[in-house]
Amino acid sequence: MDKLLTITPSPHIKQGDSVNKIMYSVIFALIPALAWSFFIFGLPAVLITLTSVLSCVLVEWLIQKFIMKVEPTVKDGSAILTGILLAMNVPAGLPLWIMILGAVVAVGVGKMSFGGLGQNPFNPALVGRVFMLISFPVQMTTWPNITRQVVDATSEATPLALVKEGVKGGASVPEIMQTLPGYDELLLGNFSGSLGEISAALLLIGMVYMLIRKVITWHIPLTIMATVFVFTGILYLVDPLQYADPVFHLLSGGLMLGAIYMATDMVTSPMSKRGQIIYAIGIGLITVSIRLWGAYPEGISFAILIMNAFTPLINNYVKPKRFGEKKNG
Amino acid sequence: MLKTFKIGGVHPAENKITATKAVVKLPIPKTVTIPVTQHIGAPSKVIVKRGDVVKTGQIIAQSSGFVSTNIHSSVSGKVLKIDTVYDSSGYKKESVVINTEQDEWDEGVDTSPDLIKHTDLDAKTITNKILDAGIVGLGGATFPTHVKLSPPPGMKAEVLLINGVECEPYLTADHRLMLERGDELMVGIMLLMKALGVNRAVIGIERNKPDAIEHLTTLTKNYEGIEICPLKVKYPQGGEKQLIKAITGREVPSGALPIAVGAVVNNVGTALAVYEAVMKNKPLIERIVTVTGKSLSKPSNFLVRIGTPVKDLIEAAGGLPDDTAKVISGGPMMGKAVATIDIPVTKGTSGILILNENEGHRKPVLNCIRCGRCVEVCPMGLEPYFLMTLSEKKVWDKAEKEQIMDCIECGSCSFTCPANRPLLDYIRYGKLTVGGIIRSRK
Repeated sequence: MDKLLTITPSPHIKQGDSVNKIMYSVIFALIPALAWSFFIFGLPAVLITLTSVLSCVLVEWLIQKFIMKVEPTVKDGSAILTGILLAMNVPAGLPLWIMILGAVVAVGVGKMSFGGLGQNPFNPALVGRVFMLISFPVQMTTWPNITRQVVDATSEATPLALVKEGVKGGASVPEIMQTLPGYDELLLGNFSGSLGEISAALLLIGMVYMLIRKVITWHIPLTIMATVFVFTGILYLVDPLQYADPVFHLLSGGLMLGAIYMATDMVTSPMSKRGQIIYAIGIGLITVSIRLWGAYPEGISFAILIMNAFTPLINNYVKPKRFGEKKNG
Repeated sequence: MLKTFKIGGVHPAENKITATKAVVKLPIPKTVTIPVTQHIGAPSKVIVKRGDVVKTGQIIAQSSGFVSTNIHSSVSGKVLKIDTVYDSSGYKKESVVINTEQDEWDEGVDTSPDLIKHTDLDAKTITNKILDAGIVGLGGATFPTHVKLSPPPGMKAEVLLINGVECEPYLTADHRLMLERGDELMVGIMLLMKALGVNRAVIGIERNKPDAIEHLTTLTKNYEGIEICPLKVKYPQGGEKQLIKAITGREVPSGALPIAVGAVVNNVGTALAVYEAVMKNKPLIERIVTVTGKSLSKPSNFLVRIGTPVKDLIEAAGGLPDDTAKVISGGPMMGKAVATIDIPVTKGTSGILILNENEGHRKPVLNCIRCGRCVEVCPMGLEPYFLMTLSEKKVWDKAEKEQIMDCIECGSCSFTCPANRPLLDYIRYGKLTVGGIIRSRK
């Protein structure tokens, strides 16, 4: 026979999903929420996003090309995704040089220093965000007045921050809530916040898309939401004057963005479904604890990073149910 | 709600392009090459020599142990030589090469098409006839059937499960068999039930074969104790443990045999062979083979004699296409890629699949993105990414603890990996080494 046949062990066919497809699906799912933030915040939001994405891609390319000396893999879309998520985690008015610095830390330190895609223990976008939050606390918490203002001029702070400050100042939650945007506005995004915090509804649409495309499963996002809902719900029932209601907690701040797009980062979340549930419950509990009793009004970034750190431990000790394993064993 | 197994599983494109093609009997080839190792277990011992004249169905190699079986001539003619030739495993195997003269059958073989339904033979005699006829599992694993019918002391079979799942994409040999040989299949199942001493048999068929489900359901009215269990389509439902779980809800424990949960599983092809062996005295000398592939001009289901060159089958299916990249013996998930088509059809050849240049090559391996899909799809509840790393780093004790030996090599992990990682390649290597370590301890 003239022709040489190819030999490989089985299986001989592939499902057809690739790393690229997964990354671009997540990016696609983020487009509605991102577009809405462009509409609300205008040009500054566009500039922030462009700066973030370009910086992330460039940093990865430069490090792979000149330091690691490997074929750059920026086409896989993971740096673009990190860039978008990073931008969605900052206020629209953030000075661009801080954004660039954040991108360098996110991709340079958070991802490439561990060996690149798949090797990093922490979510790179969150590493960048927390770096900026700690290093530039003022710029990172100065939110611009939005174009279609519904809250008065004092609301440069986010609803979560207002509640926290209000309670500290002796006001009761129901009093504070009257000055805040209603649930409909929280859902649609008519209030101040970071780029990606302002529309729970559009983020949820993205989640549905990712669930249908099987990019993510329900385990992480829904468990986080359920944990936050139950935890804040219990507190609300105990003392509604002191604690905001669970729906407010779900719809405000970065919870949706974090639960749907950051906690589900494949690289830094546990492998087994059992492990993912534990990880998600942890994120929910830590988020609420920081929001209510911590130094920051918002806690999901820290919560995810902390649970990222537990992921190897969870992977080691929480095993999927083996076939033939005893039901109660 | 249709039944299926619970943990893991994937849905490869079915590509059953030959599902409607009736089985065609191929002409007997001029020469057959019959390896003496066509089963799991000890190689059979050759009992003919060069120049001997043999008849169709005459024994040419004898079982050499409990887990072994007989091999018969699939043609009548003269033994040309005893040689070592390549088979689909890629290794050279001792084989009997026979030049065909006529098709004169051995005495006592009933070659008539008449259906015989009743027999007074007892269980022991049936099992012995199955051994004599050289019957092995025809689903692809080729485990000697008489061994399955002889449970270890203290174990008792409660139910016979018949595997009509054919979960491998492309393959349709079992599908056609169920449609075209239904009555013989049913009698074969009755014989297996008798041999095992059970009064219940369940045929598991995935619902992508509604015609087979319907046809056999009609036939069950005439055969007491046989039921049909339609199943959801999910790979690897034809895996023994997965099929038992799907039909009975029981899980075979790690390292145990199906009999531990009272089940014995046989393939539909095996049941047909049992019918022919017991009722017609016809040993296992032919089988149905699906020859298929997207670029093939005449994909078909053939009834062929064991030892027929695979080349002949491909010729009959329209010849090897120009854009052929890979030829696989078996299905695309678990079949073996062969280096040459100058190999014989053996008892385990369920299909010949031709993959073209578009499908037949692997893609570059990327970093693991820890997506966990391999864990999600593993039907044994294992962690393929972890087993691969342990095998790569040669951490054998840990690999054993992580139950690497439970892997059934279904390939769902590699199939699904978005980073194209060779998960199963490494796990196989790990199983081989860990298996050796375990045996050396005994």
